[in-house]
Amino acid sequence: MQFGIISSMAQILLENVSFSYDKNHNALNNVSLSIEKGEYVAILGHNGSGKSTLAKLLNGLITANSGNMEICGLSPFEKKNLFEIRKKVGVIFQNPDNQLVASIVEDDVAFGPENLGVKRDEIAKRIDFALSSVNMLDFKKSSPTRLSGGQKQRIAIAGVLALQPQVLVLDESTSMLDPRGREEVLSVVKKLNESGVTVIAITHYMDEAVEADKIYVLSGGEVVCSGTPNQVFAEKKALEIAGLELPLSQKIANQLKQNGIPMEQDVLTENSLLEGLCKLL
Amino acid sequence: MKDVAFGQYFPSNSVIHKMNPAIKLLLAIAFIVAVFLVRAFHFLGFGVCFAFLISVTIIAKIPFSKMLKSIKAILFFIIFSAVIQIFFNKKGTPLWENGFITDVALLNAGYIIVRITLVVLGASLLTFTTSPVELADGIEVLLTPLKLVKFPVHEFALIMSIALRFIPTLLDETDRIIKAQKARGADFESGNVFKRIKALVPVLIPLLISSFRRADELADAMDARCYAGSKNRTRYKKLEVAFKDVFAIIVMAGLITAVVFLNKFNLIPYLAAVV
Repeated sequence: MQFGIISSMAQILLENVSFSYDKNHNALNNVSLSIEKGEYVAILGHNGSGKSTLAKLLNGLITANSGNMEICGLSPFEKKNLFEIRKKVGVIFQNPDNQLVASIVEDDVAFGPENLGVKRDEIAKRIDFALSSVNMLDFKKSSPTRLSGGQKQRIAIAGVLALQPQVLVLDESTSMLDPRGREEVLSVVKKLNESGVTVIAITHYMDEAVEADKIYVLSGGEVVCSGTPNQVFAEKKALEIAGLELPLSQKIANQLKQNGIPMEQDVLTENSLLEGLCKLL
Repeated sequence: MKDVAFGQYFPSNSVIHKMNPAIKLLLAIAFIVAVFLVRAFHFLGFGVCFAFLISVTIIAKIPFSKMLKSIKAILFFIIFSAVIQIFFNKKGTPLWENGFITDVALLNAGYIIVRITLVVLGASLLTFTTSPVELADGIEVLLTPLKLVKFPVHEFALIMSIALRFIPTLLDETDRIIKAQKARGADFESGNVFKRIKALVPVLIPLLISSFRRADELADAMDARCYAGSKNRTRYKKLEVAFKDVFAIIVMAGLITAVVFLNKFNLIPYLAAVV
């Protein structure tokens, strides 16, 4: 598979990518997306929409059947690039229990750098950096089994950060957490994004997509709509097809509008709803 | 079930706990060798071993009741070996006229009891003061020479540590499945042994299936974190040999010397000649 056309600014570029686990059914069908450095991108979709397949494609755990891909300037179709790609694109999976390797937090965070062959002093520095980035430095010597879901997931993020990735892919990383754990993880991710890491959040929670720079909506393995949160939330039909519900604040705003109460056009977050309501008073 | 203390590890901050696990493991083996070096009926050697054991227990801050419990676990085995000795050893003179128990048999039984007890206590002292994870690290270090014969030491150690890592997770899961089954009317507490074992089947099958799924996900997560086997891999954890380890080795050398030396002093010369 050759492609020389791509030379854009995009850090991650997919062009007409398809993938199937079995011959009869494509898990991903002609998916195209382009993600730039430092962006916060949400990929929305319901169960079976192909979003987890997409996560695995992004760091070379699986290889596309057809289409063009370029990840951090490298082609995932070439086996020799996979190690580099995985170094640059970190993935956090859904179940925090199933991605921790060691029985002690610091050993788990060390696992990635050890694989890269990083020297011991440098590993120690990376552990401290990664754990303090996720506010878990105090738990360096503890056992992950005694931590909460949100804490475990933050350790998993630290384990990926220790590889110093440029892109962080969250594959439904908050779906098994309680609201508090979700908040902890999301605020850590947001902070990382502000420090320059590209974030791709794969989720079925609309709320998590509200503050993204860009949203792609997946349904049945295809991108049904994409754009800024404002643009995407306006596409009610596409969202309906994808089986997604609008965030609560959006729903309230829409209902108010329907009932003749003038609301500002772009109510997305709870705060903007609050502002809009206050203006009415 | 989260707090199930699996293994026998008894956390404390003693010097013994902080020793290098590889050296501790070697010293435990050395201690067992020392116990076996004590010749029949040279009970002075046993005395030294006991003194050593008790001092280490005190230094490690392990309660004596804990130590006694570890003997209790194999009490049956000890009694069984002693009884066999008493009834079937025909050496020496009978204790009474035409009696079936001889003096040698009785002493031999005592000798065996003391020996097994010492070995078990020595081994438990190791597991009381060393967490399973440390033990796995220690075993990895001790196995390192096997790399020369292409034994996959790193992979073996990783398998051990992942197994240890997942024990609490799987215990949690078992607990959850049992609760779910109970909620649907499953009965685990009544009936005979066979019935109870049969009742566990609906627990074990989901557990097995989910552990395969976990293994799959873990493999993906490890791949995603650039795992590529032991090639070019570095190690963060380093087991250092500190002064306390060297000191412990010297003490153990002293113990073995003492045992060998005390083998010269036979308290019951007549009986030793019979055996």
